[in-house]
Amino acid sequence: MVTYAHQDDSVVVIIGSGAGGGTLANELCQKGIKVVLLEAGKRQSPATFINDEWAAFGQLSWTDKRTTSGSWRVAKDFPNLPAWICKTVGGTTTHWAGASLRFQEHEFHVKTLYGEMAGANLLDWPLTLKELEPYYARAEDKMGVTRTHDIPGLPGNNNFKVFYNGARKMGYGASTGHMAINSQPRAGRGSCQQYGFCFQGCKSGAKWSTLYTEIPAAEQTGKLELRTECHVARIEHDAKGRANAVVYFDKDGKSRRQKAQVVCVAGNSIETPRLLLLSASNLFPDGLANSSGQVGKNYMRHTTGSVYATFKEEVHMYRGTTMAGIIQDEAEHNPKRGFAGGYEFETLSLGLPFMAAFLNPGGWGKDFGEALDNYAHMAGLWIVGEDMPQESNRVTLHATEKDQWGLAVPNVHYDDHANDIALRQHAYKQAKALYESVGAKKVYEVPPYPSTHNLGTCRMSAKARDGVCNKWGQTHDVPNLFISDGSQYTTGAAENPTLTIVTLAIRQAEYIAKQMTARAL
Amino acid sequence: MTEQPITFDAQDFPRRSRRAFLKNSGVLLGTLWAGSSALMALAPSRSWALEMSTLDEATGRNLLSFCRRIFPHDTLDDAVYALVVKDLDAAAAKSAEVKQMLADGSAALDKAAGGAWLKLTPAAQDKIVAGLAGSPLFKKVHGTAVVSLYNNELAFAHFGYEGNAFNHGGGYLLRGFNDLKWLPDPTPAASPAPFTGA
Repeated sequence: MVTYAHQDDSVVVIIGSGAGGGTLANELCQKGIKVVLLEAGKRQSPATFINDEWAAFGQLSWTDKRTTSGSWRVAKDFPNLPAWICKTVGGTTTHWAGASLRFQEHEFHVKTLYGEMAGANLLDWPLTLKELEPYYARAEDKMGVTRTHDIPGLPGNNNFKVFYNGARKMGYGASTGHMAINSQPRAGRGSCQQYGFCFQGCKSGAKWSTLYTEIPAAEQTGKLELRTECHVARIEHDAKGRANAVVYFDKDGKSRRQKAQVVCVAGNSIETPRLLLLSASNLFPDGLANSSGQVGKNYMRHTTGSVYATFKEEVHMYRGTTMAGIIQDEAEHNPKRGFAGGYEFETLSLGLPFMAAFLNPGGWGKDFGEALDNYAHMAGLWIVGEDMPQESNRVTLHATEKDQWGLAVPNVHYDDHANDIALRQHAYKQAKALYESVGAKKVYEVPPYPSTHNLGTCRMSAKARDGVCNKWGQTHDVPNLFISDGSQYTTGAAENPTLTIVTLAIRQAEYIAKQMTARAL
Repeated sequence: MTEQPITFDAQDFPRRSRRAFLKNSGVLLGTLWAGSSALMALAPSRSWALEMSTLDEATGRNLLSFCRRIFPHDTLDDAVYALVVKDLDAAAAKSAEVKQMLADGSAALDKAAGGAWLKLTPAAQDKIVAGLAGSPLFKKVHGTAVVSLYNNELAFAHFGYEGNAFNHGGGYLLRGFNDLKWLPDPTPAASPAPFTGA
């Protein structure tokens, strides 16, 4: 593998190796650009992944201290775990379930569509679906998304059968959806073996992850240097306000400084704004690239929730793909339902250990016991809907708490918007009806888990005063500093975010390469 | 990747050792219930013993029974609840504060029961447990049990969860991922046939 000198100021430094950073690294390397990829976690592989929920959680998750505030239930039940995301090479693409849905056209301009929503800080994206379509197609090809590029759909599992039959009774359409999981061998990876441990790292490598696709492909170009267990503490800049170096702690805890021509931040929507805030300087007293004051604000996590139902007969929902089942009938914007935006239903299962942890955190007693007594008879789904961006939902630096590096820990504040609550209640009601239509004995409305979809804390905006970066993810204030993850999201849309993050990364790589060629960066 | 044969880690099973009788720690003894057939397939023998390093037997018994009321599963064998006591004992061994809290909590259960917690009916115990929700004892036992009780192979067998697929025969592609028969099969358009070729 190539190594670059710390003094080499001609490299692009990318922070984070997940959907955004891992993809961007490969795309740049394929164009011959030199990349140093800094990843806070260790490198695992399908061989080292573990089919065990708690053990895998310990192996892959980001468990550095974080704090929470606000009225969301996560702050009460999981006060130091606002998000269920990963610290490992490949980032949260090791953990994600694979659902890969494009945005709907209207979701790029919801401020215009929804009008004034009290308390919401809505803004239209500086992008259209049409502009993104060619990049979506490339992302789907790269990721092997089923039902695109002549790739067949996945076979439905037992959980899907219950979901599908309920959907039919409700007048919904349901299929095994668009999943970045190989339904047949493709791109050097095998097909899904239906382990049922998508969240724990895919043992067969059938589910797309940058860990064993983008990153090795980038390594093969001879242009990538991946440095693992490197935690970035600060981005530095020169007197003109251009980013010129990244300071990080290496695996031995030693402070290092890598010079850079371009810096791209892809640490997921909690660490990315945290890093910009930690990089405050005389020139940027409120944090790097924060002249708008929007860094850390408009934190979105999708309006989620799960619904599990028990049946007389057995289901064994945990067998096979965790999430290959999608209903999109409620994803449209239809204000007659009493809320703006829409939501998807997606099949979901948890193993017994995590069902105990998440069914009703803090719960106990007869009802709790009865639910788990029926574990083998349970079917489940997840709700993922658009949540409203609010300025007060934000990532800030904690005033006193420090992490193991002595850096201020991030605090994540979240309150549901009235629209979020109305959307979730509608989804709970529809899901209950769906399961009751196929004979559910009992239906459990399960509150949102710690967030896996973290979005919006460095949002894109047409005007510099409204957001942190432009339509290319380039920050308004620092031209050679890019936001390369879901933090760019202007609004959340109803779809799982990974496909769009990958799409934006492919497009951003093209832009960076052109700008570098033109000596504009 | 090679698949590994099914193994059950006997270390996870509460078991009897001579050492337990040679020192001053508590031991919980039990016999698997006749109805616990799923567990018998996994256990080295019907009798089990949990040797505690720190807690005494009376405290161990009270905590096991207390845990049964927090997470009640009428047909779940005491042997599985004993795994929670095992983890509480380990926590007590690490912290004198936890040890004291558990001992005091156990004594408080007896006091609330007017003598012996273990002699109360489950219904009478439930009333006391409800009054203790939020107490340090409740939080410690609840917080430990919500992981320990459900994260072991005995519980998996009891509740019908098959656990580690990779170690237990591989993916479900050829062993039941879509074997549900009580509802009609989806159309091939919604759910295509699986790829099983080479």
